[in-house]
Amino acid sequence: MFLTARNLTLQINGKRLLDGVSLDLAAGERLGICGPSGGGKTLLLRSVSLLQPCDEGEVRWLGEPVTAGHTPHYRSQVMYLPQRPALWLGTVEENLRKPLELSAHHRDHVERAPWIELLGRLGREESFLRQSADDLSGGERQMVALVRALALAPRVLLLDEPTAAMDPATEAKAEAAIKAWVDEDPARACVCISHDRRWLDHFATRITEMRAGRIVSQDTACQGVDAETP
Amino acid sequence: MNPNIIELDWTQVALAVALVAVVVGVSLALSLGLTRSLLIASVRTVLQLTLIGFVLTWVFSADRWYVVIGILLVMTLVTGQAAVSRIKRRYRGVTLDAMLAMGTTAWLMGAYGVFVVIQLHEQEGARWYDPQYTIPLLGMLLGNVVNGVSLGMNRFTSGLYERRDQVEAILAMGGTRWEAARDTLCEGVAAGLTPILNAMTIVGLVSLPGMMTGQLLAGADPLQAVAYQIVIMFLIAVTATLGTLGALLLAYRRLFNERSQFLVEKLRRLA
Repeated sequence: MFLTARNLTLQINGKRLLDGVSLDLAAGERLGICGPSGGGKTLLLRSVSLLQPCDEGEVRWLGEPVTAGHTPHYRSQVMYLPQRPALWLGTVEENLRKPLELSAHHRDHVERAPWIELLGRLGREESFLRQSADDLSGGERQMVALVRALALAPRVLLLDEPTAAMDPATEAKAEAAIKAWVDEDPARACVCISHDRRWLDHFATRITEMRAGRIVSQDTACQGVDAETP
Repeated sequence: MNPNIIELDWTQVALAVALVAVVVGVSLALSLGLTRSLLIASVRTVLQLTLIGFVLTWVFSADRWYVVIGILLVMTLVTGQAAVSRIKRRYRGVTLDAMLAMGTTAWLMGAYGVFVVIQLHEQEGARWYDPQYTIPLLGMLLGNVVNGVSLGMNRFTSGLYERRDQVEAILAMGGTRWEAARDTLCEGVAAGLTPILNAMTIVGLVSLPGMMTGQLLAGADPLQAVAYQIVIMFLIAVTATLGTLGALLLAYRRLFNERSQFLVEKLRRLA
């Protein structure tokens, strides 16, 4: 199995937020996670990316447990994108260059072509690179974070509501871009959280539902999610 | 008794203390609401300084190394507490970290000043722990490093909290914990060094530092007073730099674990 998480458990202030959650992801999969707010979806992705310390549980990447020393490398391969993307002061291009300062992604020569190509898929011209990050809408901020992650070429993307702030047209383009990115290479996969069941139906190859910190259904349709959440 | 010093009696001290009425008058006239605080601060100033006067008189007369070391330890503990009082976002163990960083650097630099620069142990009739040198020297080092640590820690912990999304984004993209914390840590160190940099820039031009002023009042040769002041300024600069850096590195180790996880929930806002 590509990526596995076993028995992830997290309790804060006496409340069990993750209750022995396990997850398997195979190469080539696009796993969708749905469920009501507060069900533990974001915590699960944060735990799988090892950003969130858990009380119990283990994450294995390519069959091996991820050791402390290998965590940064693991995260460069299994990359988490939060719903509220973090951008820095400066232009879009400066934000796309930001991770290239890290030892995990350092490059002697920076190629702009992949950014331009990815932005094109999302309906933005090259001039978008010169736009100030301060002037971006919520959807555009998500777009920059998505392009930044895709251009870093991880093997797994953990996406937390990646298109929540986008307009329907951009959302459809983003969905197509993520799908294409996964399908381009059989050694890639993606896990995506969304409240929008219809969007997940289009996007995911498999859907899992979470409620109250537990996986309540595997590979089945979610019931009543749209009715409970905005 | 030094014949060059004009000795003050308590009546003369009272003439200066009475000036607090001017400050209280300003507070009342402008309805600043600070009257009570000013009076309490005034009483504390007189009481604390009188108390330390008696303590120092006893320490000087006792002339025992363990008494001097005991006083130095108390000064270090009090400074650690004072350093964290102005930090808005604290974590469990912040006082210990501040004390460790400030204590270690101030004692090391104090030892360097006493044994390497002043060479107290080589002076005829002087003892290695001579309170006339060790207590004021460590007091000045601690008094200055406390500002650096306080400002530096405050900038570091508040900065990490305010930019937690960016810190996590760096970690999520494969950055190490050091890469995630480095910018904020550097800003914290820079903030901690601001007071001593300002002091070094204007010293002698705008202000005459307390120690130099004290030596001049005590009748010392101005050039000797300057020499001592130069020595202490550089000792303070190194202490502030290493103390602030040490405190921030200890904070960094507490807020980022070996798995490169940012433990933001450890940062609690205190009133």
